[in-house]
Amino acid sequence: MMYDFFVDLFGNEIIAAILSGVPPLLFILVFVLFAVWLERKVSAHMQDRLGPMRTGWHGYLQTIADLIKLIQKEDILAAANDKPLFNLAPVLVFAGTYAAFAAIPFSSYYIGSNIDLGIFFIIGISGLVVAGILMAGWSSNNKYSMLGAMRAAAQIISYEIPTILVVLTVVMITRTLNLHTLSEMQTGYIWNWMIFGGPTVGWQKFSLIPLMFIGFLVIYMSTLAEVNRTPFDIPEAESELVSGYHTEYSGMKFAMFFLAEYANMYAVSAIVTALFLGGYQSPIGYFGNLVDVPWLIPIEQFLWFTIKGTFFVFVQMWLRWTLPRLRVDQLMALCWKYLIPIAFVNLIIVGLITVL
Amino acid sequence: MTLYDIIFYLFALVTISSAYLVVTVRNIVYSAFSLLFTLFGIAGLYALLGADFVAIVQLIVYVGGILILMIFGVMLTNKITNVQIKTGVFQILPATIGVGIFGGFLLAVLLNTNWLNLNVKDSPATTFQLGQLLMNEWVLPFELLGIVLLIALLGAASIARK
Repeated sequence: MMYDFFVDLFGNEIIAAILSGVPPLLFILVFVLFAVWLERKVSAHMQDRLGPMRTGWHGYLQTIADLIKLIQKEDILAAANDKPLFNLAPVLVFAGTYAAFAAIPFSSYYIGSNIDLGIFFIIGISGLVVAGILMAGWSSNNKYSMLGAMRAAAQIISYEIPTILVVLTVVMITRTLNLHTLSEMQTGYIWNWMIFGGPTVGWQKFSLIPLMFIGFLVIYMSTLAEVNRTPFDIPEAESELVSGYHTEYSGMKFAMFFLAEYANMYAVSAIVTALFLGGYQSPIGYFGNLVDVPWLIPIEQFLWFTIKGTFFVFVQMWLRWTLPRLRVDQLMALCWKYLIPIAFVNLIIVGLITVL
Repeated sequence: MTLYDIIFYLFALVTISSAYLVVTVRNIVYSAFSLLFTLFGIAGLYALLGADFVAIVQLIVYVGGILILMIFGVMLTNKITNVQIKTGVFQILPATIGVGIFGGFLLAVLLNTNWLNLNVKDSPATTFQLGQLLMNEWVLPFELLGIVLLIALLGAASIARK
């Protein structure tokens, strides 16, 4: 989609291919600047504080100031670090996150690549993030980092199973893995969203609504665990592990981890949005249709998608300051004893309903 | 030099250079990480050949699998920083003969196979056809493979219990 647009614009496919990587990157950078500020304000207000107030209106320039500080900082390398892997790890973590943005449908015209296996690709490529985290933990040559990385790997691999099971549930109803087609199927009004049974009709729709709500809760919890956010943040539990796998990192390398973490938060929110909450579709119809200006519709869709995704990022922050951290055994028990059986039973029931 | 060529050579370079590192590097963790890049490069080559489903399954199965391998590599070795693996040269004659026979065999297959010529640049998506074939024509082998995997899982669980 993006690529075709740039090919038309420049007429050279190599330039187009390179340039089509730029819009997702710009989105990530702007979003992270906003999300870091939001995180600080949300956490501050939840603890009855004000948070950053001095740089700009309610501190909205604080993140930019922090970024400039991070660029200036010395890049500290400990003597016992494994240099090649230590330098490669932040890049790998960010690359995995960034690659996932290639298949996220921001609007009907703004998709990095409209591949047929969209959702499957996102799940597959996020494996690189785990590899990067493990690489960071190992090359730091530090007990805390190593423990954090091992926990992260175990956690992400375990929680991928309920995620995939719920994705399968949705795919069984829509019969497509393409996120663009999936979003197009949820067009119209709010009751066409997958969480309300999607494009099905009659008794099927009514029987699907509770099952879809269960699926939504399961996938939200497991994606929350996949991005290592509280209550599942044992990989970087501050009170036990200093800062987990990125304890040893400073300066721009630390900033890369930070960027990847926040971009990942948006990526999983975007997956949940695209699968269950209509993707980029508006819940109330389009203003562009009302005044008959067709080019307004993609812009509206982009706004809706950003709003929905940011809302789920906000919920992640909200949970962070509400719930305590789980223990390692509780975390694994939640995944293997509750989420996976629930997702499995859900999958079978939804399969029976779609067959009947 | 089209875009397709550039991407192909990029992935080929990643695959070959990391595969070389897998066998030459002396550190077990370096080897495992190189293997990760090799399998990632192969996934890219699959995608270029129009086998999109296989490419992503390669990513999920092997990148995930390598991670497990790496965790074991790290956990089972006592001093993770200085484990030396033997990568010396020995048994050179039998090895040469074995590699020669195997290489010749691969070359013969390469030359004698009747390759299918497809226009890969706009190849159709394969998922739907794969699903149809697996659920209709090849349903028995598919189910048998599922049972084999289940047995392997059960075996692993029962061994782990002891």
